Amino acid sequence: MNSAKATVPFKGTKEQEAQLLAFIAEKKDTQGALMPILQKAQEIYGYLPIEVQTIISDNTGIPLEKIYGVVTFYAQFSLYPKGEYTISVCLGTACYVKGSGDIFDKLQEKLGIAGGECTADGKFSLEACRCIGACGLAPVLTVNEDVFGRLTVDDVDKIIEKYNA
Amino acid sequence: MENITVKVNGVEISVPKGATVLEAAHAAGFEIPTLCYMKEINEIGACRICVTEVNEGRGFRLVAGCVYPCTDNMEILTASPKVIESRKKTLELILSTHDRKCLSCVRSGNCELQKLCKDYGIEDASKYDGVTNTYEVDNSAAHMYRDNNKCILCRRCVAVCANTQGIGVIGANERGFKTYIGSAFDMGLGETSCVSCGQCISVCPVGAIAEKDYIKPVLEAIADPEKIVLVQTAPAVRAGLGECFGLPIGTNVEGKMVAALRRLGFDKVFDTDFAADLTIMEEANEFLDRVKNGGKLPLITSCSPGWVKYCEHYFPEMTENLSSCKSPQQMFGAVAKTYYAEKIGVDPKNIVMVSIMPCTAKKFEIGRDDQNAAGVPDVDYSLTTRELGRMIERAGINFLGLEDEKFDDPLGISTGAAVIFGATGGVMEAALRTAVYTLTGENPIDFPEVRGTEGIKEATYNVAGMDVKVAVASGLANAKELLEKVQKGEADYHFIEIMGCPGGCVNGGGQPQVAMGIRNFVDIRAERAKVLYNIDAEMPVRQSHENPAIKALYDEFLEKPGSHKAHELLHTTYVKRSIN
Repeated sequence: MNSAKATVPFKGTKEQEAQLLAFIAEKKDTQGALMPILQKAQEIYGYLPIEVQTIISDNTGIPLEKIYGVVTFYAQFSLYPKGEYTISVCLGTACYVKGSGDIFDKLQEKLGIAGGECTADGKFSLEACRCIGACGLAPVLTVNEDVFGRLTVDDVDKIIEKYNA
Repeated sequence: MENITVKVNGVEISVPKGATVLEAAHAAGFEIPTLCYMKEINEIGACRICVTEVNEGRGFRLVAGCVYPCTDNMEILTASPKVIESRKKTLELILSTHDRKCLSCVRSGNCELQKLCKDYGIEDASKYDGVTNTYEVDNSAAHMYRDNNKCILCRRCVAVCANTQGIGVIGANERGFKTYIGSAFDMGLGETSCVSCGQCISVCPVGAIAEKDYIKPVLEAIADPEKIVLVQTAPAVRAGLGECFGLPIGTNVEGKMVAALRRLGFDKVFDTDFAADLTIMEEANEFLDRVKNGGKLPLITSCSPGWVKYCEHYFPEMTENLSSCKSPQQMFGAVAKTYYAEKIGVDPKNIVMVSIMPCTAKKFEIGRDDQNAAGVPDVDYSLTTRELGRMIERAGINFLGLEDEKFDDPLGISTGAAVIFGATGGVMEAALRTAVYTLTGENPIDFPEVRGTEGIKEATYNVAGMDVKVAVASGLANAKELLEKVQKGEADYHFIEIMGCPGGCVNGGGQPQVAMGIRNFVDIRAERAKVLYNIDAEMPVRQSHENPAIKALYDEFLEKPGSHKAHELLHTTYVKRSIN
């Protein structure tokens, strides 16, 4: 089990909450309301931390665990916010055979987070992606819009340093 | 209802339209194995152990027998080579990620998976071994642990928590091979609004969830010459314990149970029924007081610690409706460590109070605040019926060969009103027997309207010119429905009995597990309740206020129901909790 609790402090605003509550009020009596409510909530907050799921539970009567079960089932929902920099490592076939798996592991270790998560300071989030069409540069990762290719595990420290500066 | 004809393994049989393949097979005398299926509670057809060949005119094919509806002239094969092969493969795949420590498993011998593996001749349990997930055991709750390494993801626990109890603090998280049963945000069960009812344990087919076992410290206390170890047994235990020794569901083993407890070395074998009578004295008095003096109504019973915790989490605005009476278990401990300790001249610190309960929430209850009348905990260890079964077995006691014995005096003296506490409606009936007597001097005994296993029962009795409206609910989803009616002003009851488990304590979370293949067709609530009503019918005294030991307790010690001393020792307070 990974602890989904330790994450970036929640910074939701009253306006965001009002927007979500209005949507819940509109939807909650229709069948299958949970999915659209979760999608809306993610659109509003960017992710679905315990604070947001609790608002949904309190206002729909759906047990928190049931909501959490749905959120963790679908890849489209995230429990973590996006960091200032999103590091996206290509795990497509070409990059993978060139060792991008090791780069991904090194990043997890270095940042102290698992794929899909965000560092506690809100700086980096880490995700895996499929082919970005730069197989000639394999293995490849992107940091927001910047692309880094022909990488080795040893390059990871330098890349992080660059954005940490 | 319209009937249709089907042929099960060549046996022609008529079944109601809408019957499932499983039901038709059962009616024809063939059992189809199940793991996930629970009638009306978990009909999800997920585990595929029930696969059965059916032919609806287009050739035989495999379907999930537990949920697939019969059609007219359907041919059903419940144990063809193809069926057996498929079930066997499913078992082998389940085993590939199952922690197969059967020798040290609490369910060894009554594990449904183990039995299926034997029935289907699994020769190589490691046939499909490969990647596995490992999970930490969740020990955070007071009453139970969860070991997901043994979980087979049948979701019975999830269904009973969400559907039967209306709680839903456990569910399936993640997806595919990573799926596991847990709570929101991986909270430990102890951090959630779990009410400790243990219904999840009663339905688990394997050893993934079980009560926390306190047999060892109890045996150590018994072996300690400095300690006086007293035991009390709840009404429902005598109606369930026999099942641990192969006796039919609904066998009264009171006499053997007492004999076994004595052989285990308890210094005195007492009966929680005594404290049930005491509860009635206090609660009937509280009820009449609230009616006369405009106190908070409806008064709601507080015997069931699962219900009490549920009320605190889910209806915190109604905790003032709860009777301030401690539960019988706790009243018993309080009396044993004050009145009885004084009587035998023993320091309450040297008394170890053990309770045998059909309940897991009692393990939580003994640790609540304000449950220490003598300055030490009222009850030291609360064991389930199952734990007692294991203790007896471990001690090598030939349970079935024991001669019946009687409880010790004076805390073993009780009435018919007390023993029915173990069935839904029993506390209400016992309270009515005494309340009606107190108000009118009349002695009615039978209140059949509040008996039976229905989830919600209502009745109105005219007592001394007043219409007394009562309601009884068991199972927390039913309790929720009833309380919402009260909150909306759709019902104006005076007195409500609520039991956390469906059918009351006879079906408590600490009772022996009954394989779901049997539970789907036998109402264990009704069978076990019969034991208690039969005992009641044969008791010489059937009203709590006529219990001579209770009279003596008031005369010698407590003065009268609701006295200052009674309040100090026998009553408690509640807290408001949140929903997690």
